Amino acid sequence: MKRRLAALLICAFVPVARAETVEIRIDNFTFSPAEVHVAPGTTVVWVNADDIPHAVAATDKSFRSKVLDTEERYSRTVAGPGTIEYFCSLHPHMTGRVIVDGGGGQAAGR
Amino acid sequence: MPKQTSEIDHGRRRALKCMAWAGTGLAWTMAGGVPFTTGLVGGAQAAPVPVPVPATGLTFAQISDSHVGFDKPANPDALATLREAVAGIRGLPNQPAFVIHTGDISHLSRDEQFDAADQALKELGLPIFFVPGEHDVLDDGMGAAYLARYGKGPNGKALGAGWYSFDHGGVHFIALVNVLNLKAGGLGNLGEDQLAWLADDLRAVADSAPVVVFAHIPLWTVYPDWGWGTDDGARALGLLKRFGSVTVLNGHIHQILQKVEGNVAFHTARSTAFPQPAPGSAPSPGPMKLPADKLRGALGVTTVSYRPKSGPLAVVDATLA
Ligand SMILES: [Cu+2]
Repeated sequence: MKRRLAALLICAFVPVARAETVEIRIDNFTFSPAEVHVAPGTTVVWVNADDIPHAVAATDKSFRSKVLDTEERYSRTVAGPGTIEYFCSLHPHMTGRVIVDGGGGQAAGR
Repeated sequence: MPKQTSEIDHGRRRALKCMAWAGTGLAWTMAGGVPFTTGLVGGAQAAPVPVPVPATGLTFAQISDSHVGFDKPANPDALATLREAVAGIRGLPNQPAFVIHTGDISHLSRDEQFDAADQALKELGLPIFFVPGEHDVLDDGMGAAYLARYGKGPNGKALGAGWYSFDHGGVHFIALVNVLNLKAGGLGNLGEDQLAWLADDLRAVADSAPVVVFAHIPLWTVYPDWGWGTDDGARALGLLKRFGSVTVLNGHIHQILQKVEGNVAFHTARSTAFPQPAPGSAPSPGPMKLPADKLRGALGVTTVSYRPKSGPLAVVDATLA
């Protein structure tokens, strides 16, 4: 019985680990963390915590969010592996990077 | 002085507000290309400084960063303060010939925000010349909504993303767009097409003609850490080197900053919506939250006067309070 429960738990954990969500907050005109390592299949969510709108745009133009007003969010599931460079299309001095490397969702570069 | 007005009865308050409008603010005059402060008025001890009014010549006003639709704590009603700015201009003893709006008309490029701004600005009863701010090109078409509304420019002459030029009262005016195709890690951007157009446009303008250039983001590098500058702004300024008098009017940074370099006077206007901090004085350039009774002292419009053969243009800033 105990062994079966353990097996079930493992089964339940696998999809959770795969469908991980990583949040990047936009605060004080900064993506934070500005660099994040995630596993393939991770959903990255950008949340605007400023009282000025921002937008998330890939540097290679592969994607662009709608404008995000305060507390609005934009999410993308990243396939990878690879590095996604992005910036704010309103305030291009704001830049960030998502590194898809199977790193298991460990955030770096706080 | 503006602080005391709240204790005074309505009729008197109105009169004082008009006075404040005509005389409050930092007044700059320019002589020999070097602007200097003629007086900081509005303080208790300062006598009102007369706004330089040309007997003949040209006066126009600048409105910037009205951000209609903005409703955050820094200013819960940006439309109301735009209306106050409009009323202030209408109350000027020396009526401007026209108004320039240096962008961020709307907060989020929404139709209803542009509509409300247009309604408020219509009360001026004056021609208005626009350039877009980055907040005006947030639609899915990345500026298509702005272009549909304002893209004809004066006499249907606007080109590209909405840049154009016109002549008025002996002054050559150039409206530039530096808020599109922004590059990661970069600043404002004019682009090759616009720079080529500018070089061509200036060909027919005499060196002696005063030139006024306006655009949303400062064309000079104010503070790159906050994105306050234009990557290829120096190239535009290079094209303007041969002119005897160049005045560059910008918005975007929601505060007055100015400098003079050779024959070029740079000036940024206050917002009519909310103030932003001085460069580097805060963790970010986000809206500054002031006590409610201080807000209008940090908002305002700019008036520019030009009298032929009298040297550089006079630039005067007035607050809403
Ligand atoms: Cu931004």
